[in-house]
Amino acid sequence: MSIIYLLLTISVFVAVVFFIAFVVSVRKGQYDDTYTPSVRMLFEDELVKEKPASEEKKSTVLNQSNN
Amino acid sequence: MQTEQFYYDNKIVKKFVNATIFWGIIGMSVGLLLAFMFLFPNVTDGISWLSFGRLRPLHTNAVIFAFVGNAIFAGVYYSTQRLLKARMWKDWLSNLNFWGWQAIIVGAAITLPLGYTTSKEYAELEWPFDIAIAVIWVAFGANLIGTMIKRRQRHLYVAIWFYLATFVTVAVLHIVNSIELPVSALKSYSAYAGVQDALVQWWYGHNAVAFFLTTPFLGLMYYFVPKAADRPVYSYRLSIVHFWSLIFIYIWAGPHHLLYSSLPEWAQNLGVAFSIMLIAPSWGGMINGLLTLRGAWDKVRTDPVLKFMVVAITCYGMATFEGPMLSLKNVNAIAHFSDWIIAHVHVGALGWNGFLTFGMIYWLVPRLFKTKLWSIKLANAHFWVGTLGIIMYALPMYVAGFVQASMWKQFNPDGTLTYGNFLETLNEIIPMYWMRAIGGSLFIIGAFIMLYNVIQTVRQGSKVTDELAEAAPLERVTRKRTAKEGYHTWLERRPVKLTIYATIAILIGGMVQMFRP
Repeated sequence: MSIIYLLLTISVFVAVVFFIAFVVSVRKGQYDDTYTPSVRMLFEDELVKEKPASEEKKSTVLNQSNN
Repeated sequence: MQTEQFYYDNKIVKKFVNATIFWGIIGMSVGLLLAFMFLFPNVTDGISWLSFGRLRPLHTNAVIFAFVGNAIFAGVYYSTQRLLKARMWKDWLSNLNFWGWQAIIVGAAITLPLGYTTSKEYAELEWPFDIAIAVIWVAFGANLIGTMIKRRQRHLYVAIWFYLATFVTVAVLHIVNSIELPVSALKSYSAYAGVQDALVQWWYGHNAVAFFLTTPFLGLMYYFVPKAADRPVYSYRLSIVHFWSLIFIYIWAGPHHLLYSSLPEWAQNLGVAFSIMLIAPSWGGMINGLLTLRGAWDKVRTDPVLKFMVVAITCYGMATFEGPMLSLKNVNAIAHFSDWIIAHVHVGALGWNGFLTFGMIYWLVPRLFKTKLWSIKLANAHFWVGTLGIIMYALPMYVAGFVQASMWKQFNPDGTLTYGNFLETLNEIIPMYWMRAIGGSLFIIGAFIMLYNVIQTVRQGSKVTDELAEAAPLERVTRKRTAKEGYHTWLERRPVKLTIYATIAILIGGMVQMFRP
C-alpha cells in the first residue's frame, strides 16, 4: 500500500494549500463582512439595458396612442 | 472616485452555452441508446463501435465533461466577469479554452467508440488527450486567476472560491491519476498496479464527482439562484463555512468505492467516516440554496428558472444524503453492482447538474441577447416533462436495485445460489428497464423543447458581443489600517474562525498520525 503515502502527501498538500489560502483570505479581510457581499452581487453594472422586443414596441405605441 | 468603463466578453459565454446544449443532446442521446440496448440487446449487433462497452464511456464522458463541462465554463465565464467587475484576463485564453475543450471532446467521440481506452472509469481517454486536457485546464485556470488579479472588486464572492477550488483540485487529480507509460500513439499503461491503481482511480473518480460535478455547480448555484430570485443568499456566513468544510472533507472519501475489496480495512473505514461527515457541509449548501428563496416562493410558482433550480437543489440534497448512506458497508453490500447506483448517479446528473444547467440557460440566454425568453409556457413544459423524466428514470432503478440485491442474496439450504443464472434476475427487472427508457426519453424531449425555445429567443434578440459596463477601480488598502495588529490579537477577535482553524489543524494532524507506518 505504498501508494497511500503518495496520495496522502498530495491530499495533505492540497489541504495545506487551501488552508493557507483560507488564512490569507481571512487576514486580508475577505470575511470581515458577511452580509454586504451577498447583496452587492445582485446589482447589475451593465450600461445597456434590455432592448425592447418588437411586441413591446407595439405596446408602447399603443400606450402612447391611448394617452 | 472616477469610474472606468470596460466591456464584458459575452461572446465566449454564448459559445459555451451553444456547446452545452449541443453536447448535452448528443450525450443524452447516447445514454438513451444504451437504455434501449437493455431492452433490445442485439440492436447494434455486428457494429463493434456501437457496442455497449464502447458507448458507455462515450455517454459518461459526453455528459460529464462535454455537457456539464461546457455548462461550467459558460456559467464561470459569465459570473466571474461580473463578480470581479473585469473582462476575462485574455481573450485568446478564453478561446483556447473553448476550442481546445471542443477538440478534446471530438477526439473522445472518435477514439472511445473505436475502442481506445485506458479502462479507468471517467478517465478513459488515452494519454495524448490526458496531456491536452491538462494544458487546456491550466489555460482556464490561468485565465481565471489573471482575471482575479486585475479585478475591480476587492472582495471575492463565495462563487469565485468554488471556481478556484475546482480549478486547483481537478488539475491535481487529473495529473496524478493520468500518470501512465505510453507504448504507442494511442495506448498506455497506468503507472500504478493492482489495488494501488484502484485506490488512485477512486481517489480521482470520487473527486471528479466532487470537484467537477459538485463544487463548480455550487459556485454557479451561489451566483445564479440569488440572481434569479433577486434575493441575497440566505446566509453568506454559512456559504463560507460550507465552502471550506466541503473542500477539506471531500478529498478523503474516495475509498468508499472499494468496500469489501483488497484495500486495507482501515482505509475503507476511513473513506466511510469522511463520507458520513460530508452530509454536514453538503446539506449546509442545500439548505442555504433553498432558503435563499425565503419570501420568494411566489416567484417559484411562475418563474421556470427558479423551478428548475429548486428541483436541482433538492436533487442535490437527496443525492448527497444517499451517497453517505451508500458508503456504509452494510448498505453498500445491498447496493453495490446493482441498479441502485445507476439511480443514485442519475438523480445527481439529471437533477442537480441537468436542471441547474437548464435553469441557468433559461436565465442566461435572454440576458445575453437583450430580450425576453421566447416562451415561458414551453419552458414550463420542459420543466414538467423533465421532472417526470427524472422520476420515471430514478424510481424504477431503485426498485430494480432492490430486486437484484435480494435475489442475489437468496441461498438454497445446501449453500448454493437460488438464482444462479444472471438472466433470472434480468428477466425480473425488464419492466423497470422499460420505464427507465421512457423516463430518459422524456428528459431528452425536454432538452429538445429547450433547444427550440433558445433558438427562438436568440432570433428575436439582438447580438451584444461585448457588454459595456462601469465600475470603480480597485482602491489600495493602506498598511496603516493593519499595521500595529499582532497575529493573536487579530485571531482573538474572530472566535468562530479560530474554532474552524483549530478543527482543520486537528483534522490534518490526525490524518498524518493515523497514516504513520
